Amino acid sequence: MAAQTALPTGSGPSVLVRGAGVSGLTAAVTLAERGARVHVHESGPRVGSGASWKAGGMLAPWCEAESATPEVTGQSLSSLDWWDAHVPGVVRNGTLVLAPARDVGEIARFGRRTAHFTTIGEGEIAALEPDLADRFSRALFFAGEGHVDPRRALVALADRLVALGGKISFNVPAGQAMDGHDWVLDCTGIAARSQMADMRGVRGEMLLLRCPDVGLRRPVRMLHPRIPIYIVPRADHVYMVGATMIESENAGPMTLRSMVEMLGAVYALHPAFGEAEILETGTGLRPSYPDNMPAVRRDGRHIHINGMYRHGFLLSPVRAAEAADIVFGA
Amino acid sequence: MTLFYGTALTSRLMLGTAQYPSPEILSDAVRRAGAGVVTVSLRREAAGSRAGEAFWNLIRELDVPVLPNTAGCHTVREAVTTAQMAREVFGTDWIKLEVIGESDTLQPDMFALVEAARILVEDGFRVFPYMTEDLVGAERLLRAGCEVLMPWGAPIGSGKGLNNLFGLRALRAHFPDVPMVVDAGIGVPSHAAQAMELGYDAVLINTAVAKAGNPAEMARAFALAVEAGRMAYVADPMEERDMAVPSTPVIGQAVL
Repeated sequence: MAAQTALPTGSGPSVLVRGAGVSGLTAAVTLAERGARVHVHESGPRVGSGASWKAGGMLAPWCEAESATPEVTGQSLSSLDWWDAHVPGVVRNGTLVLAPARDVGEIARFGRRTAHFTTIGEGEIAALEPDLADRFSRALFFAGEGHVDPRRALVALADRLVALGGKISFNVPAGQAMDGHDWVLDCTGIAARSQMADMRGVRGEMLLLRCPDVGLRRPVRMLHPRIPIYIVPRADHVYMVGATMIESENAGPMTLRSMVEMLGAVYALHPAFGEAEILETGTGLRPSYPDNMPAVRRDGRHIHINGMYRHGFLLSPVRAAEAADIVFGA
Repeated sequence: MTLFYGTALTSRLMLGTAQYPSPEILSDAVRRAGAGVVTVSLRREAAGSRAGEAFWNLIRELDVPVLPNTAGCHTVREAVTTAQMAREVFGTDWIKLEVIGESDTLQPDMFALVEAARILVEDGFRVFPYMTEDLVGAERLLRAGCEVLMPWGAPIGSGKGLNNLFGLRALRAHFPDVPMVVDAGIGVPSHAAQAMELGYDAVLINTAVAKAGNPAEMARAFALAVEAGRMAYVADPMEERDMAVPSTPVIGQAVL
């Protein structure tokens, strides 16, 4: 499809959003809701052609506090409501944090760094996740957290944008001029690396499995001193397993070591995963600033929303609102 | 001042750079520690196409001498190749040599370590071997051309402190003139102070700082402990005794 140059009609400011990943689409929808005329240019053939497509989609502000600064938790508390109000399929049934028997000390450490959880025993674990009955004696349960399927959510956001009168054009070559727009929002993730001197990519690897023999209802974080993983249920007994964190900008295929480590952890969670089909392996680069904190940066009438690191789904609604405040002069 | 391959360090605290919540927090921790050296590992997927360049630049910007390591290598060949990449990336012939022999304890493979050290020394490297506290292994490493030794305190990341005090004392006593660094297993500052009190020349910490709730504050705590331990060693501590020795004069008092 060629780039459409006609602007959406209306009287609000016209905004060109570059990138149809999670930060671009949340910003586009937020701006359109406030009355902006929004046109999204995506260089790929569909929404989410970058790191967003590989995301876990966990909306877990309290669990993230284990490794992130308190600002991440503080700023993201409203995200769950935002997603619930904007896309179908947001599940709000909490997060379960477990550890293999020999690493059970990790649970105490995780608990010290986080808040808003209850420590639960065997019976409560079985009640929440019947398939994990008799497998773990202790867990942390973060009841207030949720998750969403990132791919479905991005498609739903794109539909919503169009319903609001916005436009999306695919296969648009990068670096198009402002094209008469009042504002340009660059949300191109790692593709903006050459423009942002302090940006780096942090490699992440993920897997999609299908396992009809296991029925998990909520994200499970399996703690381990070296290989912590999470497993997030999608529809139809599909599970997303993630994710490595490697200080590398190599976006090449998953390594055998990463796959063995991740699959070993999944197998330890439940042996029935041994029969799972591996549907997909993926690698992405998380766009990251030195403080690993997503940021809105302004340069005249150009605004960058970037550096989402591992907080894209968690913090993009907040950064979108900040960018919209700039556009509308709030 | 202890010299490590002819270089005097500004601090006896060496800091690893992995596992921090962000590069910014790592940078704060290095500053607060006043670290004399930072170590950095080269995952091979990062080294191949210099894909780790962005992170390595952040390490270089810390402006602290860099000691690259061969973390995660299980064979002589992997370790040698990684060391060669590290020399190219960081422009230093220093290498912390790790050859892991057992995956649960990440215990060094002393046989492969000696072999890799020999190859690297011949190739012009200045090798800092990560080793168990084995006296014979130490002898072999020195014979292979190592001029610094790095015995473990406990398994990497375990935080268990100095697991074998007898062994560490013996090692120190056997090689009084060899610069030695306790590497791995240190969990809290008192462990680091203890290593320094034993006469070790430096300690290397990573997980205990990176995984602390406040890494920068913990880095400072370790710096103080290392300084205290070193001062205590130099000040020559008293001998331990089995019987009480009153610290106030007892002359004139009845002893029953």
